[in-house]
Amino acid sequence: MEIFGISTALLGSQLLVGLINGSFYAILSLGLAIIFGLLNIINFCHGAQYMMGAFVAWIALTRFGISYWVALIAAPLIVGLVGVLIERLMLRRLYKLDHLYGLLLTFGLALIFEGIFRDQFGISGESYEVPELLSGGVNLGFMFLPIYRGWVIIASLTVCFGTWYMIERTKLGAYLRAGTENSAMVQALGINVPLLITFTYGYGVALAAFAGVLAAPIFQVNPLMGSNLIIVVFAVVVIGGMGSIMGSILTGLGLGLIEGLTRVIYPEASSVVVFVIMVIVLLLRPAGLFGKS
Amino acid sequence: MTSAFQPKPEYLRLTDLHAFYGESHILHGLDLSVAKGECITLLGRNGSGRTTTLKSIMGLVGRRTGSIMVNGNEVIHVPTHKIAHHGVGYCPEERAIFTSLSAEENLTLAPIVSSGGMSVDELYAMFPNLGERRTSQGGKLSGGEQQMLAMARILRTGAKLLLLDEITEGLAPVIVKKLGEVITELKKRGFTIVLVEQNFRFAAPLADRHYVLEHGEIIATITQEELPGKMDWLHHTLGV
Repeated sequence: MEIFGISTALLGSQLLVGLINGSFYAILSLGLAIIFGLLNIINFCHGAQYMMGAFVAWIALTRFGISYWVALIAAPLIVGLVGVLIERLMLRRLYKLDHLYGLLLTFGLALIFEGIFRDQFGISGESYEVPELLSGGVNLGFMFLPIYRGWVIIASLTVCFGTWYMIERTKLGAYLRAGTENSAMVQALGINVPLLITFTYGYGVALAAFAGVLAAPIFQVNPLMGSNLIIVVFAVVVIGGMGSIMGSILTGLGLGLIEGLTRVIYPEASSVVVFVIMVIVLLLRPAGLFGKS
Repeated sequence: MTSAFQPKPEYLRLTDLHAFYGESHILHGLDLSVAKGECITLLGRNGSGRTTTLKSIMGLVGRRTGSIMVNGNEVIHVPTHKIAHHGVGYCPEERAIFTSLSAEENLTLAPIVSSGGMSVDELYAMFPNLGERRTSQGGKLSGGEQQMLAMARILRTGAKLLLLDEITEGLAPVIVKKLGEVITELKKRGFTIVLVEQNFRFAAPLADRHYVLEHGEIIATITQEELPGKMDWLHHTLGV
């Protein structure tokens, strides 16, 4: 079967890859957007925290025999806790300064984390077995779908939309939205904003680690896996605009799909298409597609 | 002070309060006290330190020294988010309605700090416009509606001391009149109120006492009874 001279199997599998990458972009850019909204800090160690999520799962499995399913919950909690410590001990001191200081601090932390993991595990990369329950695949007729990849898409969309619901529809989310607008007033109304900030940073970091665990069986678990991905994620955030939760989810998924399509139509451009779009968006709509100027 | 105030316990006392924004020294040793159920105003020209006084009570300025007693508790070292829990409701000059939250989300955002707050239904009865617009985004409300919302949200929490900064500023006379009725009603209900007000004609009939500020210091205290005799001096001092 062919559409415009492209086999549907090729198109389908590339769109699937695009959707999977898009799911990772969505979770990661969502975390960045939440953190930036409340803390005014561009979390440059987001990629390292994603990598740490994957490594915690890998260490848990290979050293302690802890299963994927436990790691899926435990790794985000552990890495999120590291995030809480980073916020309490370091980021907290920078809120009154320019954004740039937070960016520099988190960039330094990213280099330190990557350095530690490189020193311990090298850069050749480790493989993580697909959990038994999700191994194998199904033939959809026009293409073959590995079950694990389907799971990645479902799990990340569930987490993304769950997060969106929490932010837009619950009291805790109302605190977060109000705090993003005017944290001094939220505090004057009697809400513990410092605690809210710690929780928000921890949650954003946990999202990155969750994506890392999801990624472990697909990509190699490698100390540099985060820094490769995070550059694209920053482009996604710029395109979507920092302001909107739904915006960052949709932009992440959409750009993953566009990348996949480009890989079919003009493969040479697939690694730059996101950046080309970023340049165009920056020129025409500097606040981003969903951002408020 | 006339004898009428003496039996009532005091709800707020500022002693030798100094406040700083960075290098600039804004309040220079302020002393004032407000009895429970009393309504006072802070009068003064722009920049005399009236807004800073309210912000200092809330812990929203850079550095403060001196003493701030709320209902018998020293709060000068208490973090901002715990001040409200001492029964303080703050309505800032810019109203600070959260534009991306609905009117009702704005109204119900603040935690309950003590019993005896007004229910949402009571507040919609007091401010019918808010009830009609409960699902509208905060940013879509008119200036008057935002002001009423900023008042209503601190009445829901059970706060007993209300710090109200320029609530009539830029509003139509009909809304100013409505706000005057609301303050009168709140006084009847026993709230302790500190009004910062440019609109002296609005504040004069509502307040029990007036504190006059200049350069971050209190230069005079005028009771309601003394007011007629001091009008000329006040006009001259305030430049109105």
